[in-house]
Amino acid sequence: MSADADAVPAHPLLEVRDVCKYFGSVLALSGVSTTVRAGEVTCVLGDNGAGKSTFIKLLSGVYMPDEGGFFIDGRPVHFTTPRQARNAGIATVFQDLAMIPLMAIWRNFFLGSEPTKGWGPFKRFDVDKAREIARKQLHEMGIDLRDPDQPVGTLSGGERQSVAIARAVYFGARLLILDEPTSALGVKQAGVVLRYIAQARDKGLGVIFITHNPHHAYPIGDRFLVLNRGRSLGDFAKSEITSDELTRLMAGGAELEELAHELGRSVVRSGELAST
Amino acid sequence: MTTVARRERPDKQDERVVDVGTVRRLLVRPELGAIIGTAVIFGFFASLSDVFRSASGVANWLDPASTLGVMAVAVALLMIGGEFDLSSGVMTGTVGLTIGLLTGHFGWNVWFAILAALVLALSIGFLNGYATERTGLPSFIITLGTFLMLQGLNLGVTKLLTHTVLVEGINRAPGFPLAQRIFASTVEIAGAEFRITILWWIALTVVATYVLLRTRAGNWIFAVGGDSRSARNVGVPAGRTKIALFMTTSGGAWLVGTMVALRLTSVQANQGIGDELIYIVAAVIGGCLLTGGFGSAVGASLGALIFGMTSQGIVYVGWDSDWFKFFLGAMLLLAVVSNHFVRRYAERSHK
Repeated sequence: MSADADAVPAHPLLEVRDVCKYFGSVLALSGVSTTVRAGEVTCVLGDNGAGKSTFIKLLSGVYMPDEGGFFIDGRPVHFTTPRQARNAGIATVFQDLAMIPLMAIWRNFFLGSEPTKGWGPFKRFDVDKAREIARKQLHEMGIDLRDPDQPVGTLSGGERQSVAIARAVYFGARLLILDEPTSALGVKQAGVVLRYIAQARDKGLGVIFITHNPHHAYPIGDRFLVLNRGRSLGDFAKSEITSDELTRLMAGGAELEELAHELGRSVVRSGELAST
Repeated sequence: MTTVARRERPDKQDERVVDVGTVRRLLVRPELGAIIGTAVIFGFFASLSDVFRSASGVANWLDPASTLGVMAVAVALLMIGGEFDLSSGVMTGTVGLTIGLLTGHFGWNVWFAILAALVLALSIGFLNGYATERTGLPSFIITLGTFLMLQGLNLGVTKLLTHTVLVEGINRAPGFPLAQRIFASTVEIAGAEFRITILWWIALTVVATYVLLRTRAGNWIFAVGGDSRSARNVGVPAGRTKIALFMTTSGGAWLVGTMVALRLTSVQANQGIGDELIYIVAAVIGGCLLTGGFGSAVGASLGALIFGMTSQGIVYVGWDSDWFKFFLGAMLLLAVVSNHFVRRYAERSHK
């Protein structure tokens, strides 16, 4: 990362400018802006219903924005299908990971992009190559693969996330979007996944890390976009915000204080009742 | 520590790894149950009957296994892809009747009739697939509808044109001798007449196994059956894959319908009805999961072989063949239950 600091490219890898999305009369996302640089992690934080999923689907080409737009390397881009986004180097690791539990790890790794050998009607899935690459790639990411023929369904949640991340990295993603990769995991497993995110970042990828947990986001993030009810509460560099401020903002700031106040008062009240 | 260094990476040990072992690796193979079943059934009948072991006996039980096997393999591919086709049985009748009517009633050349039947079968398969894909309804219901419609058409059109429920005269049409040699002749080996359909069956099993395990399409079939939404998300053309599978099944029905029509040279209007469930039974005995995403073509073929051996074996050992269906049902239950437990055991061994 420090190497990048010497020659910061003129344009960020991805710039999101004033993006809006409506569903009928419902405002799903309004005026959201942020940037992602290569070799950096931009965290998108928000509670349930904040618009995180809509944001991902806009980036991955599932939806098109009604206003505003995206710029890759400073050039405007319009994705109408997920495939276009993928061709532009945006890889999304969805929460359900797009993996088939009954299939072997290496078959899942190459699903939809199988390497082939041979020609014409004899064109076939190069299984030896697929097995070898999957094993090597996972090993490089530090993923301790026991048996590439093992069905994905027998892996733990953290391992599955890691395989999905390794897959995206291998297929030439420049920008990795991770949809709540740590939310369903225990503390230790979440730590493992955060380490793979750091690995991907150190390989020079831009990462968008969607989460509702500021304690996962702050240590790894370089930039933080906080959403609340479809609106941006701010887009901060790490130097502009502390972990506590981020937590407070994320939980609705004033709302949280009000809640604390309310809870506190009710405790006092019950105390008063007890004393009388 | 129970850790065993793995072959692939002897440098690295993981305390969670207990050696999976060859036996357990074998147990996760979908066709394992069918292999054991085939061995047991063969041993059972072969020990009770000399005729069952003889060349003519073998030819005799391979005959029903072969036509069933062609369909079982196609149906297995479809089931691995997560769908059912209840119209596959009656479709063999539709194909046979089409060939019969075009040759016997309208005097077409056999080859043109076979080609027309192929186009018809593939169109029905396409419609089955397209309707399932577009509506998102279970293929069980869609093809149940097709099944009933074809059943009605088979009877209605046959009666309308011939005023009977039988179509005859395929053997009088031009082109018949060559067509019969290809689809319905016999080959003499060791003094017994082996049906040429056995060759078709073996060839199809080999091709289907190759497609499943060694091509991109095979990977897609497992994926759309396992979880079609996830498959779509990584760029698998799920719709096209499923439609192709339905067309493969109807292509199988075309092959079997053609074989039967050329062999008997006459076709009954109710031919093939009820066979669709036998195809599914063979595929399930062969290790296909009803929920899709798991199974094998070799297994389905062995399921068909078990069916063939049992149906003829019962006759050879002198039992009342009325009991055949009872044995078939019991075998199905046994296969499903043992496959279920073996798989659970094998998957647990990974954790």
